Amino acid sequence: MLQTVALSCRRGDRRLFSDLNITVQPGTLLAVVGENGSGKTSLLRMLTSLLSPEEGAILWQGQDIREQREQYCAQLTYIGHLNGIKDDLTAMENLSLSASLVGDHCDGPAAHAALEAVGLRRQAHQLPTKVLSQGQKRRVALARLWLSARTLWLLDEPFTSLDTAATGLVTEQLHAHLKRGGIAVVVTHQEVGLPSSIVQRLRMNG
Amino acid sequence: MNRPSLWEALRGVVRRDLLLAMRRRSDVAMSVFFLVIVASLFPLGVGPEPAVLRTIGAGVLWVAALLACLLSLGRVFTADYLDGVLEQMVLIAQPLPVLVVGKVFAHWIVSGLPVVLLSPLLGLQFGLDGEALGVLVLSLLLGTPTLSMIGAIGAALVLGVRGSGLLVALLVLPLYVPVLIFGAGAVTSSMAGMGGEANLSLLGACLVLSLFFSPWATAAALRIALE
Repeated sequence: MLQTVALSCRRGDRRLFSDLNITVQPGTLLAVVGENGSGKTSLLRMLTSLLSPEEGAILWQGQDIREQREQYCAQLTYIGHLNGIKDDLTAMENLSLSASLVGDHCDGPAAHAALEAVGLRRQAHQLPTKVLSQGQKRRVALARLWLSARTLWLLDEPFTSLDTAATGLVTEQLHAHLKRGGIAVVVTHQEVGLPSSIVQRLRMNG
Repeated sequence: MNRPSLWEALRGVVRRDLLLAMRRRSDVAMSVFFLVIVASLFPLGVGPEPAVLRTIGAGVLWVAALLACLLSLGRVFTADYLDGVLEQMVLIAQPLPVLVVGKVFAHWIVSGLPVVLLSPLLGLQFGLDGEALGVLVLSLLLGTPTLSMIGAIGAALVLGVRGSGLLVALLVLPLYVPVLIFGAGAVTSSMAGMGGEANLSLLGACLVLSLFFSPWATAAALRIALE
């Protein structure tokens, strides 16, 4: 269970949000929506522990994440606004290196399977990612979701530059994750195509 | 949950950086060529007087090595910061200072080790004799990792700052002074027949100190840069 308690955020002189209390239960997706600059990404970065809250706390299984940073990180998959992939490495190398760095199981067949699951054709697996299109790069980044057995997924605009087919694939994967009892927090402008019973919406007003 | 062992994470960081360096060999070659050219300009400029060259040799080679290291500092964190790999690295469930050691080690392999290996050849241009060449290699072997360690703090501090190339030089060069003095001093005193042991021990102490403090300082600077 992920909880925020009286969370507030200030960037420079601007207060983005204050006294934010949310609880996300296992099997639920929290969709964070709101206009540009309303603090959606800041909230997500706080949930990853990259950004420390001005006031308040974030609790994971009832304990402050600052007190259990490493255990918390071990349960977390974060895909940010930046793809976090290296232009000079191939899709395969990017995926297997980043998976092995965080400790997810990833051998050659598993990496191929993940890239195919996200709709990247076999020919593209061995190309340096700098020759891929924006949407294909995003797919390489999102392929990590197929290798991640972690409980908490934090995604920042995962559907940006994806076509409808890929959006559908990622949504299905999110659904499977929630069915396993996982938690997801997704910052998005689009509607997430999941049943409303498992989607919790948070609207941020700047 | 899934958590890499410390060793796996460290090895992963080093492997990725070395693989990237292999893909961008021209970057590596450039700092090596820079060293060779700078070290070769001095004999051409100063003239072929062997006594003069022998006196300035150690100092020139050390300054050239230091500048070559400075040139390559931009590569340590900047690209990772821009493409989001750095934030993924910070979120690995292992202590960040250890991962920083991995990155600095990879940086040293790519930019420090070639300097050490080339130095005897460059030393010959300055007429250094066998023993002095040995001390030169040893002093660089102890000194270049220290340069990478100290440089990493500066490289992390200037992440996301405009004109960071010049700023990192201003931040880091004063901290390089002791290493330069002890390194060049080791060679000069061994040529004077006093042996370089004292200076080499001091260089070793610098290395141990920087190994101990730099990863923490660098990790703190990286966290600030990502806020």
